[in-house]
Amino acid sequence: MTATAPLLEAHDLSKHFPVRRGVLARTIGVVRAVDGVNFSIGPGKTLGLVGESGCGKTTTAKLVLRLEEPTGGALTFEGRDLGRLDNGGVMRYRRSVQAVFQDPFASLNPRMRVDAIIAEPLTTHERLDRDEVARRVARLIDMVGLPERAARLFPHEFSGGQRQRIAIARALALSPRLVVLDEPVSALDVSIRAQILNLLRDLQAQLGLSYLFITHDLAAVAHMSHTIAVMYLGQIVEMGDAATIASRPKHPYTQALFAAALPSHPSEQREELVLTGEVPSPLDPPAACRFHTRCPHVMPTCSVHAPVLRQIDARLVSCHLY
Amino acid sequence: MSPAPLLELRGLSTHYVSARGTRVVRAVDEVSLSLAAGSTLGIVGESGSGKSTLALTILRLLPPAARITGGEIHFDGEDLLAKSDTEMRRIRGKRIAMILQDPMASLNPLFTIGDQVSEPLRVHEGLGRRRAWSRARELMKAVRIPAPETRVREYPHQMSGGMRQRIVGAIAISCAPQLLIADEPTTSLDLTIQAQYLNLLRDLQRQHQLALIFITHNLGIVAKMCDQVAVMYAGRLVEWGPVTRIFDAPAHPYTRALLDSIPRMGDGRARLTAIDGQPPDLAALPPGCAFHPRCPKAAAQCREQAPAETALGPRHTVRCFFPAAAGPR
Repeated sequence: MTATAPLLEAHDLSKHFPVRRGVLARTIGVVRAVDGVNFSIGPGKTLGLVGESGCGKTTTAKLVLRLEEPTGGALTFEGRDLGRLDNGGVMRYRRSVQAVFQDPFASLNPRMRVDAIIAEPLTTHERLDRDEVARRVARLIDMVGLPERAARLFPHEFSGGQRQRIAIARALALSPRLVVLDEPVSALDVSIRAQILNLLRDLQAQLGLSYLFITHDLAAVAHMSHTIAVMYLGQIVEMGDAATIASRPKHPYTQALFAAALPSHPSEQREELVLTGEVPSPLDPPAACRFHTRCPHVMPTCSVHAPVLRQIDARLVSCHLY
Repeated sequence: MSPAPLLELRGLSTHYVSARGTRVVRAVDEVSLSLAAGSTLGIVGESGSGKSTLALTILRLLPPAARITGGEIHFDGEDLLAKSDTEMRRIRGKRIAMILQDPMASLNPLFTIGDQVSEPLRVHEGLGRRRAWSRARELMKAVRIPAPETRVREYPHQMSGGMRQRIVGAIAISCAPQLLIADEPTTSLDLTIQAQYLNLLRDLQRQHQLALIFITHNLGIVAKMCDQVAVMYAGRLVEWGPVTRIFDAPAHPYTRALLDSIPRMGDGRARLTAIDGQPPDLAALPPGCAFHPRCPKAAAQCREQAPAETALGPRHTVRCFFPAAAGPR
């Protein structure tokens, strides 16, 4: 998809969780949280991952952060298979990939001052003297647009938006290549969201960062991403250039998702395409095409043959309609 | 314009007072607006802007530290502030109903869905158990719960978030209220479920001539659902008027900044127009207009006195010394 070599690639990536029940903890089923997913993120690019709760986007993020081990497939980073790294390689990978989470009230230790929070990854991963740490922390604080005096304060002395800036500074402390952004603005006030989205874009341009951007806010994902991947029940149903997907979605689920996005102006008329029913349980997903139980265009073949992702009209889509 | 409005607020103020009376938080400060029967009002604002306190004031469900310090609430020709607690109890749940953000918190986990949907019917309408339960099944069908005959005997934990929120909706409309206040009703729901729920509310509104108040921080919900919008900032109503007019030509700098700060599908802007600074602390408001530290138009006057409410047209008011002239944004 990109001319340069991708930074991160997922090949047929899967994560299945066994479901155990009873005193003997017999396995009675398996949740296919992520089921055979392929994607790549180029250097300096943003991949936006969208989908509803239970679609596997957070599990994908955890796999990328190595908080979970894949049960199938592989992730490669700069061409190296993550499953085959030695200890030193794992340490290097952890430095290169950082995360910013949704709730800056939960992700910052309330007993640590801001400079200690930002310095923690530096002191764990690098041997630096005190002055050098202080210099780097000061530079990070400045980079995310916080005042210099922020260093000596505690997280509770900041508002949500400023706390998210602290979390971003901490994520950038080790000069990572890739940052996983899991709903980074969802917990913030409306007037603050634009500040943080602008900051993230500025930092990307300045530092050449790649982002894996996970959110349910479709307008924000369209604004931030180069590529969008739409997930449904553990699988990618459509993936391609962000503007193409947002303006001309092909998969019926993507269409319904973007039709369900709220208008930005009262006169904006959208084709009403409201799905019936709810997302089925990932413990027992529908056979063949997983979307067929809610799809407005369902055909007999949809419950028999599983569609595969194919290149159609400048994007990948997995649907029998095309 | 039309006959008397269903709901009218005049100069309504609610303040939170600390135990010793030394600290006063003006959560709602001189709010005036009106709502016609069957129409929809969106109250938007950020956290701490006073929008939820305003809703609780209308229902007179305020916590003990809060005092309604001034103003009037007229509902269907009656003065709600003159009602006794007993009279208010007959209005709440029957003539004015409310839906909260978290359905799990508004449902009792120990009672069946049928018990909870039929409770207002038994309390307000005096129906017997059998009739109330059969009404409950009809209501559950009305809010599109599949298989209401079996679901009616289930407990809240057996349902999904979207279904629970629809149950709360069924309880809210059970006594055919005239006004329904929904406080962030879809924040906890997924996108496609949110679309289902908003359409359901709109259908119920049409069938029952319901007036709706949406309390939200989401301008998209306002654009999709509302006829009028009231924008709150630091306890004050900074702008109130018809939705299309305000989206086309916001008069208050804060309204305009809010509209400019949201990413829009396919507008291709490289940067969003951010609002600098933070929303103020209600206990320590800046003097003058509370928005002046973040306002691009702020002048000396704004730092000294708070702007009064000025009318820009029928049912369109703004609190700003320098409102933008009408015209495209």
